[in-house]
Amino acid sequence: MSVPLLQFEDLHVWFDLEGGRELHAVQGVGLELEEGERLGLVGESGCGKTTLILAAMGLLPPSASVAGRVYLNGEEILAEGEDSVSPHRWVDIAMVFQGAMNAFNPVKTVGEQIVEPMELHGTASGRQARRQVGELLERVGIPAARASSYPHQFSGGMRQRAAIAMALACKPKVLLADEPTTALDVMVQAQILQLLVGLTDDFGLALILVTHDLPVVAQVCERAAVMYAGEIVELGPTDTLYHDPRHPYTRLLFAATPDLYGTDEVVSIPGTPPRLDRELTGCPFTLRCDSSFAPCATIKPRLIATTQDHLAACHLNDPALKAAS
Amino acid sequence: MSDYGQSALLEVENLVTRFPVPRGLVGTVSSRPKLAVRAVDGVSFSLRKGEMLALVGESGSGKTTTAQSILRLVEPESGTIRFLGEDISKVSSRRMRTLRRHAQLLFQDPYESLDPRFRVRATVEEPLLVHNEGGGHAEREQRVREALTRAGLTPPELFIDRYPHELSGGQRQRVAIAASLVLDPQLLLADEPVSMLDVSVRAGILALLDGLRQSGLGILMITHDLSTAAHYADRIAVMYLGRIVEEGPAREVVTNPKHPYTKALISVVPQRDPRAYAAPQILHGETPNPIAVPPGCRFNPRCPIAIPDCRSTDPELRVPAGAAAGHLAACIRA
Repeated sequence: MSVPLLQFEDLHVWFDLEGGRELHAVQGVGLELEEGERLGLVGESGCGKTTLILAAMGLLPPSASVAGRVYLNGEEILAEGEDSVSPHRWVDIAMVFQGAMNAFNPVKTVGEQIVEPMELHGTASGRQARRQVGELLERVGIPAARASSYPHQFSGGMRQRAAIAMALACKPKVLLADEPTTALDVMVQAQILQLLVGLTDDFGLALILVTHDLPVVAQVCERAAVMYAGEIVELGPTDTLYHDPRHPYTRLLFAATPDLYGTDEVVSIPGTPPRLDRELTGCPFTLRCDSSFAPCATIKPRLIATTQDHLAACHLNDPALKAAS
Repeated sequence: MSDYGQSALLEVENLVTRFPVPRGLVGTVSSRPKLAVRAVDGVSFSLRKGEMLALVGESGSGKTTTAQSILRLVEPESGTIRFLGEDISKVSSRRMRTLRRHAQLLFQDPYESLDPRFRVRATVEEPLLVHNEGGGHAEREQRVREALTRAGLTPPELFIDRYPHELSGGQRQRVAIAASLVLDPQLLLADEPVSMLDVSVRAGILALLDGLRQSGLGILMITHDLSTAAHYADRIAVMYLGRIVEEGPAREVVTNPKHPYTKALISVVPQRDPRAYAAPQILHGETPNPIAVPPGCRFNPRCPIAIPDCRSTDPELRVPAGAAAGHLAACIRA
């Protein structure tokens, strides 16, 4: 089997809290991403989506400790911490941060800011870098001449395009996009999503799209991972997740999302996610679940394959447990 | 104030609200032309008791300014606003203050709209004190508890002594709703009431608003989310550049849109089912600047079906061909 482009293996992240306590934000995540693939990462706020991709970038704050492995083309990039991850950051794996469109330096032109990562990583400089900036801007749908504009001269949608151009400055193979359309109007959102799809189709760029918006993932991504309480609870093709979900959380998330033409009742999920600063027993979703049964309170379900390309962490998929109860 | 029951609770006619654009010292001296942002540019609609109308549109389309103009939080330039049978567009600010107790505003962000130093009791009680209502201490306490119960914070004892930071986002929004219900208003203007909340709790807040609507409250909901509007509103009004360009029964507008702007908006709304993919009809650029509204139909520069007449004729809302009752669109080609 070929080596995946990006692979997470049993990744854990803890944050130090005051009073010596720890918050177990990511609890053993495994995930693989192929070249040119679009993968959605969905879940409620606080489920660990952003922490997971920041770990792959080596950009977690000092209060975080990480265990587990992240491989890029088979090379373990977190093995030596900053030393092993920094040669790949922006060069092979890049990120569009949440709110990136509002994080430009207001006193520098957009072009100058896109040149910075190129010069910092030595992928281009001088006239060559400026030419590449023009090409990048054109690719994301901004006229090359606008490189000399300042961020405030751009609309919100254009700033988000520029933020994507900046992430692509060193021609990475993987793009991690954290809620790239959340603050945008629906028409501008459609433009940005079309751009991201075009980039993966045309250049083989692999995309992890982090969002709480299931319909966006359904329309853009081939596969999706549903995260809950720091873990992936279901992973599979988006079509299967919608039509044949094997974890009640996935089903309930879809049921909580109004659909333009849907006529079924929209229902909220009761309760809140568990606190991650204490040990959890059993299934982390059991208290909010509408189909939990005896083993859920005590036995923690593992993420197991229900079909070849579909995984879920739910005892309902275990015939032996179901028969016993 | 007696027989508005069958007629409209709120009737807005030809509402115009503009904001002057500052010219600066140089502009004033060189007598640069006075410019104005035409935030609301001739909006008309009505809302009945027990009805939810969703004002839908992109940012800058004038949704929020419309709501603020109705409450006279910004002063409209012209037009009439009939609320409970009375034209409130020109009444004194003192009269307006008494009328505001019947019309409450619910904000988008429950993390910002609640005072962090106030316990839930104080937040919900405040409107009673401001409007000098609710009698003595015991009676006010009773009304606060009732409002919390109506907002789904039950039992109220569990919440009444808490501070906002002890509550989840959904609970905070319920506290804000309780505070707007405590005066027993007739009209609620809800500005993006769930857009800051997690998907899992949105439905609960929307179901709560839906229940209040069923019990007779008129709700004007401002949202950019067509799916939410389609699900919960009785009617949808689509705004573009300060004007309502299409209005009608919610399902009808979504399944049988007549205005090319509405058609494009609907085509780009992502659906839950991956198999429902249809090529989105993406409009290029963004909503133009409301300082320079295009002549003729304001949508014509971005319209895929515009004809020369569209550059000269400013279309009125009218019943388009093949539309159901109560469905209006402002397009000469519809």
